Amino acid sequence: MKADPRGVLTGIHFMDGDHACCEGALAAGSRFAAGYPITPSTEVVERFASRVPTVGGTFIQMEDELAASITLQGAVWGGAKAFTVTSGPGFSLMMEHIGYAAMTETPCVFVDVQRGGPSTGLPTLPAQADMMQARWGSHGDYEIIALCPNSPQECFDLTIKAFNLAEEFRVPVMFMMDECVGHMSEKVVIPPADQIEVVPRRHTHKSVEDYLPYAANGDQVPEMAHAGEGYNFHVTGLTHDERGYPNMTLATQDKLVRRLQSKILDAVDRISMFEEEQIEGADVVVVSYGITSRVAQRAIEEARRQGLRVGKLRLITAWPFPDKKIRELAAKVKALVVPELNLGQMVREVERAAAGQAKIFAVTHAGGGVHNPKDILKVIVEASR
Amino acid sequence: MTDSLNTDILNPVEPFLRSDRMPSIWCPGCGIGTTVNSFARALIESKIDLGSLALVSGIGCTGRVAGYVKLDSFHTTHGRAIPFATGLKLANPKLNVVVYSGDGDLSAIGGNHLIHAARRNIDLKVICVNNLIYAMTGGQTAPTTPDHSTTSTNPYGVFEPSFNLPHLVEAAGAVYVARWTTFHVRQLSRSIAEAFQKKGFSFIEVISPCPTLYQRRNKLGDGLDAMKYYKEKSKIRHGTPTSEAGLTMTGEIIVGKFVDRDRPDYQTMMRSQFHESLGERFVEQPPAQQETVCS
Amino acid sequence: MAKGRVSIIVERCKACGFCVEFCPTHVLALSSAFNSKGYHPPHVVHPEKCSGCDLCGMYCPDFAICATKVDPPGLPRKTVDPAAKEGDK
Repeated sequence: MKADPRGVLTGIHFMDGDHACCEGALAAGSRFAAGYPITPSTEVVERFASRVPTVGGTFIQMEDELAASITLQGAVWGGAKAFTVTSGPGFSLMMEHIGYAAMTETPCVFVDVQRGGPSTGLPTLPAQADMMQARWGSHGDYEIIALCPNSPQECFDLTIKAFNLAEEFRVPVMFMMDECVGHMSEKVVIPPADQIEVVPRRHTHKSVEDYLPYAANGDQVPEMAHAGEGYNFHVTGLTHDERGYPNMTLATQDKLVRRLQSKILDAVDRISMFEEEQIEGADVVVVSYGITSRVAQRAIEEARRQGLRVGKLRLITAWPFPDKKIRELAAKVKALVVPELNLGQMVREVERAAAGQAKIFAVTHAGGGVHNPKDILKVIVEASR
Repeated sequence: MTDSLNTDILNPVEPFLRSDRMPSIWCPGCGIGTTVNSFARALIESKIDLGSLALVSGIGCTGRVAGYVKLDSFHTTHGRAIPFATGLKLANPKLNVVVYSGDGDLSAIGGNHLIHAARRNIDLKVICVNNLIYAMTGGQTAPTTPDHSTTSTNPYGVFEPSFNLPHLVEAAGAVYVARWTTFHVRQLSRSIAEAFQKKGFSFIEVISPCPTLYQRRNKLGDGLDAMKYYKEKSKIRHGTPTSEAGLTMTGEIIVGKFVDRDRPDYQTMMRSQFHESLGERFVEQPPAQQETVCS
Repeated sequence: MAKGRVSIIVERCKACGFCVEFCPTHVLALSSAFNSKGYHPPHVVHPEKCSGCDLCGMYCPDFAICATKVDPPGLPRKTVDPAAKEGDK
């Protein structure tokens, strides 16, 4: 369905990633956010707090991230599209509730504007060191989807995509920004509402007698109901059966947890988004995401000027990791170069998926700034030898 | 001759239960089920529209209540029933939201959320079943465990002062505060019904036996012994200053309605502030069920 | 003539003893029979003393017992189903 025009700030804007993300949420139909201030993410909800009383909806600043990350889920079950924003330390606090959202199949978006870590780290400076945490931060087996915008425009466009994926798969989606993308200002084009596709809640049409809250449909995603509609359903974080009732047996655990995994992994091809350039005939392909992809672009262009055959693969979806894509790519090239603002996180996935078919070169960075393109170029040159 | 198998009489509480999940996991003599009984009877008495009722619980023995009631019910994470309930209520203000959880869940890990929701006067009805212990996990000290009690984490006796919950929530801003025990089945129902008539943060503490852990470890007998103690030692004193309503292991239990005051609830204050600041620009529409959500 | 009648769901009972203790007219006692979990459920020993006050029902933590007032001549009064809509009487 099309976006509700009341939430769409159609026009050509000059705004930073944080602000664009807020506009993306509004365009996607989100009318509820619960947040807690943390640099460099706070502007997202500050803007939401200021916009939402004139659009319709509610923002509440909660007492901590533990509260914010579950309040938004209460709002989802009350019938809203909801999200929260945070950065490293807050993201850590939210982990239990990300797991709760995965287990209860609550569609929602968690925005992490990554900053230097670990711990308090570098509150005002960029990093990309929460990537593994986005995937594995909560306990137990579960899958999430993670998107990595690399510009304020993408902060707008991909936030809508994040909400759409959340609704389609009934899963929490991690929106992995970084301080650089969040605080840089660029042109952001917001189209008219009728050009924005929005995925509605997968609400059941079944009668109260027939509805089973966790019965998987053909695509392994159950239909949802909201509180106050008379369905009298039960939601629990305990291992549960199709009625939503706690059922702590091996058989139920196996069935449930495998479905939570396969509903995402079986759809990798549909979920994954990339940007590819000059992959055919490349000796070396640079695999990057987020702000680093912009810096890498400079290095790639310089390498090409020097006569090297360098391709680019930008991961727009970091999770689920595109194993097949990387495996097929690794078979065709000499080397993959993976620059990231961390000491080696997604490169491990690239290594794993490449399965030894190509050499893998990490270009690490402890965070706090972006790479010097020369450092990436140096590795591309070395990888090409 | 016994009438034991006569099940043609419908228990008035039965329609509120997920009968397919009975018998419950609660121990013999545990009082939680009794509180659910009182709760269901309060729903009947106050003629609440069940379709608009949502119940949220946390983790613990009392947290299991959500799984046994036939309502839209949410068994959430430890200590976070109140913020989850806040989200439900803000998204759909037409919902009547009840938080049903235990003393450890609400006042220890959930303590921060308890005081902030009371401060904000979020329109929630909180039923806190206080069995003075962390029961589900095997009998550890809770913030409410009385001085000198024996628990698994204070095997030589608790030496920490315990929380006086009515005092805490009154100070934080709750508009309705009452305490009963599981002996006071009728009064408890009435308090719950009263809380439904009130807008704002209501808190009803129910002292309840934990026979398996608290009672047994402290050589206080079983659940029935606890009930007899409540009967003998409770004193109904409405309006007692909450500072005087502390509990001890075997002493007097002051029960009654302690606080019943009026102040605007969170959503009323929110609307009023936006009207004042934004005038006509204020769009008053709750987040839920807009065209943006369902097709 | 008893004013009330008790109904017990034996399989739910955990023999906590609340109903026996708090029945104001001492209608009940724990029986020597077992339910399938090994508990001794209560039984009615003085049916003539039952007033149908339903205190047993109010106290029971396991929803295993309730009492209702009896209309003469010996038929139980139909208990109101709270889930029924208004006007459905």
